[in-house]
Amino acid sequence: MSEMTLVQAVNRGLFEAMKQDPDVLVLGEDVGVDGGVFRATDGLIKEYGAERVIDTPLSETGIIGTAIGMALYGLKPVAEIQFLDFIYPAFDQIVSELAKFRFRSGGQYPCHVVIRAPYGGGIKGGVYHSQSTEAYFCHTAGLKVAIPSTPADAKGLLLTAIHDEDPVMFFEPKRIYRTATGDVPDGDYRVPLGQARTVREGEHLSIFAYGAMVPPASEAASALAKDGISAEVIDLRTLVPLDEAAAVASVEKTGRAVVVHEAARFCGFGAELSAILAERAFYSLKAPILRVTGYDTPFPYALENVYLPNAARIEAAARAVMREG
Amino acid sequence: MTDASGSLIPLPYTPTDVYRRIGPEARETLRSAYGWMILGRTLDARMQGLQRQGRVGFYGAATGHEAVNVAAGLSTRKEDWIFPGLREPLVALVRGHPLPRYVQHLFATAQDPSKGRQMPCHPSASEVHHVSISSVIGTQITHAVGTAWALRLRKASGVALAFFGDGATSANDFHAGLNFAGVAGLPVVFVCANNQWAISMPVERQSAVATLAQKASAYGYSGVTVDGTDIVAVLEAFQRVLRESRDGSGPHLIEFRVYRMTPHSSSDDPTRYQPVDWNARARAHDPVVRLETWLSTVGWLDDADRAGYAQRASESVRDAIAEAEATPPPSPASLFEDVFSRPLSVPAEIARI
Repeated sequence: MSEMTLVQAVNRGLFEAMKQDPDVLVLGEDVGVDGGVFRATDGLIKEYGAERVIDTPLSETGIIGTAIGMALYGLKPVAEIQFLDFIYPAFDQIVSELAKFRFRSGGQYPCHVVIRAPYGGGIKGGVYHSQSTEAYFCHTAGLKVAIPSTPADAKGLLLTAIHDEDPVMFFEPKRIYRTATGDVPDGDYRVPLGQARTVREGEHLSIFAYGAMVPPASEAASALAKDGISAEVIDLRTLVPLDEAAAVASVEKTGRAVVVHEAARFCGFGAELSAILAERAFYSLKAPILRVTGYDTPFPYALENVYLPNAARIEAAARAVMREG
Repeated sequence: MTDASGSLIPLPYTPTDVYRRIGPEARETLRSAYGWMILGRTLDARMQGLQRQGRVGFYGAATGHEAVNVAAGLSTRKEDWIFPGLREPLVALVRGHPLPRYVQHLFATAQDPSKGRQMPCHPSASEVHHVSISSVIGTQITHAVGTAWALRLRKASGVALAFFGDGATSANDFHAGLNFAGVAGLPVVFVCANNQWAISMPVERQSAVATLAQKASAYGYSGVTVDGTDIVAVLEAFQRVLRESRDGSGPHLIEFRVYRMTPHSSSDDPTRYQPVDWNARARAHDPVVRLETWLSTVGWLDDADRAGYAQRASESVRDAIAEAEATPPPSPASLFEDVFSRPLSVPAEIARI
């Protein structure tokens, strides 16, 4: 067990995976000599060499298409897209090819690629270094989507993703790359995909969050506790597969739900989760489900703190659902 | 190369030339190639007819591409990987994928190796490294690059071949793939079957370059343009680039000039856009007739041989169709297989069926 930041935990996870399995390799822009612009791949090239830690030309479709070809052969590529905002040249490769290879070939060509991408706002990154567009990928059958919020989960989910048999989109909350710190088990530590984590138990309402929205959700819960409102905070950890059972069980217990994400609201992941809760836990609900999300605008530079949900907005939504029923 | 009258342009070789170009097995190789080309053409003709009868949903013929496909199949080895486009199923057959299995795919039955997931002419045949294709243009080019990278990393002797048409040279992955391959010096052969039409767009409106092969120079290597209706030239080209690739030459781009002798697919009407003399020009370059005429002229194929090839092709296609038409479609529950390694969930109304 060692204390480290979230980005260090990603780095430790990559080291561990490359040590465990010679088929694992890393490719992307600036991932080798530079160690990645956030240093997530720092030191890998020294340990494992340029054959397994590949600095590629600047083309996201080239990175992902190449990773797919490696995976078809049987290697386990972990591709880095430098910012999620830059993934769209590879969108065709991800949704048309990676997500569909196993299906369209009748199982003859499984295609296991892990795509890591830092996502989200709060770093003064403006329009193109801040977006949180996980919903695009959740909407495509054949992709798993994991988003850690703690260093331990970052390592544990990443190792599980790399040893999984399906394509996994692994989105890293760059806003808390260095502010989220915690103990991380040494060695081969894995967290299963599809299991939510209860951050704190509560009785009066359920707050669902993931990634960089987990800390403000917890902060809101602490503030609510001072007024005797007991909020349960659930970190979803993986959006596909989603731990529907945990989400439904929590709402059946509390009867109220607030869904938080920093992505835009319209057709965001919160819409799906809210619909699932309405379908499966309707008769437990004492109040309408509320969403606290980014706004339906492009991500702004000067006004990012207006755009991004924070503890105060989450707390206000919680108080609103508490006023009903 | 064009003869607007439609009279056949003969292959310009003596038998001695042919032995020199494609080796001491030339006679057997060309007779074998002829047999495969007849099979491809027979299948195309029959399936286009069945599509018109509504017995298969779609068909994309490769008529006019046979020399490229058969030469690729005969020149590659088991350890090589094929990343095809729409018109390369014949490559899989030559490399050993059984015709009845492919025809099950065309009819999208329960015995289709890809379980009826794709439109016809989108086969997947992993036992001969014939990788599943999508209908998206050019995406397979970077996949071939990745597999070539893996082959080199594992010190395997295989070569990855990416097949695509003239239209794909405008697509993102053509540029990305040729660039990555050049930078990394990979054992990959980019095979452009330039049939001069991307549905309705003639190649001169696809790109302003004189030859598509010259695009390779932008990525640090050279490309060649070859008459793709001349089986001898095609075999010679494949043999050379595959040999060089195995010796570590780095990537190659070959542009095979061919003539699309059918509509783009069963959903297309080329009279809306092709010049009236196109079919005559195409017939002058018919790769099957060019080979057949040459083989007959030099005495390597007689009437009895010809009838035998035609009969065997016809019977094998007929039998495969009968078998496929007697095979049921995939089960409803199979819809949920292979989305992931294990189904995340199966809806109750499907599970009940």
